[in-house]
Amino acid sequence: MSESNVTSRRSGVPLWAQVLVWIGLLGLLTVVALGLRRTQQGTVQPGETIPDFTLTLFSGYEYEGRNEIKFSEFRGKVVVINFWASWCKPCEQEAVELESAWRTYQKSGQVIFLGIDYVDTEPEARGYLTKFEITYPNGPDLGTRISQFFRIKGVPETYFIDRDGKLAYVQVGPFRSEEEIHAIITPLLNK
Amino acid sequence: MKKKLAVLILLLIASLVWVGSANAQDTTPPTDDEVNAIAKQLFCPVCENTPLDVCPTEACKQWRDLIRLKLSEGWTEEQIKQYFVDQYGARVLAEPPRQGWYWLIYIVPVALLLVGLYILFRAYQTMRAPLAEQPAETHAPTGLPDEYLRRIEEELKKRN
Repeated sequence: MSESNVTSRRSGVPLWAQVLVWIGLLGLLTVVALGLRRTQQGTVQPGETIPDFTLTLFSGYEYEGRNEIKFSEFRGKVVVINFWASWCKPCEQEAVELESAWRTYQKSGQVIFLGIDYVDTEPEARGYLTKFEITYPNGPDLGTRISQFFRIKGVPETYFIDRDGKLAYVQVGPFRSEEEIHAIITPLLNK
Repeated sequence: MKKKLAVLILLLIASLVWVGSANAQDTTPPTDDEVNAIAKQLFCPVCENTPLDVCPTEACKQWRDLIRLKLSEGWTEEQIKQYFVDQYGARVLAEPPRQGWYWLIYIVPVALLLVGLYILFRAYQTMRAPLAEQPAETHAPTGLPDEYLRRIEEELKKRN
């Protein structure tokens, strides 16, 4: 009896099955590791370049008459992205401040505010926008693709992106005053 | 002539009443059971691991209201589920769709089970095989085990 035969009879499992099991196990561990890493990463971090994404806008909340915008078209401007939802009570605390700040910068054309409605229903979202007289472009996070990219942990969360398309600051939770918003935007405008 | 006119008016009234009753049937609001039948097939991303039909949050309540609204508008179950997938992604479905990468969810566990069963079967075969062949090997005229046995027997004879 040759040595190879003895080895194969001892193991009892053909080589291809052993390889398959190890590959499967490694694949499973990789998936788990990636998931854990993503969970621990938190939101996107300041300094990271924000890749392009498309946002479909609610009717009545379009940007320059268009109901679909690309993030890349705002390169050269400071972009403020606010994730919100109509069922989110803390979002209501900052809604007025955000709208007021938007009105301050709107005419300059140097700053753009974008509202992204997270896991919401359109009738309630519209009610929210009307209630707080919000005028800046707003749209639903279709397929939760944008929030998954930003890895948001909840709402409200607000992301300030500089003129080069790099994330400058993340506000987790609501703003307590309009001054807080200005204090973040002003240095980005002066940069 | 008057009779014909009266009959015509009566027919008109009867048809209006019939249409009215038909409309009333169409606008019957969906029951909670009808709403929950769809809701239990969905999961809100905000409240992971809680089916929509029993989730107590405001977001889930809004989703159930939306299902009720869509049902009252005559949408079918499939149309409503597809609407939620389009809005919030396929992860809201309790049962992932059988398409694309989602097939892995259905195939991988079955494949792993089959591989596991095969490994167990082979291991069982291996455990049984040496027992059957052992006597033949024990009486083999040559080889290291026999040499050991011979020496052990010699040692035992010396001691006795």
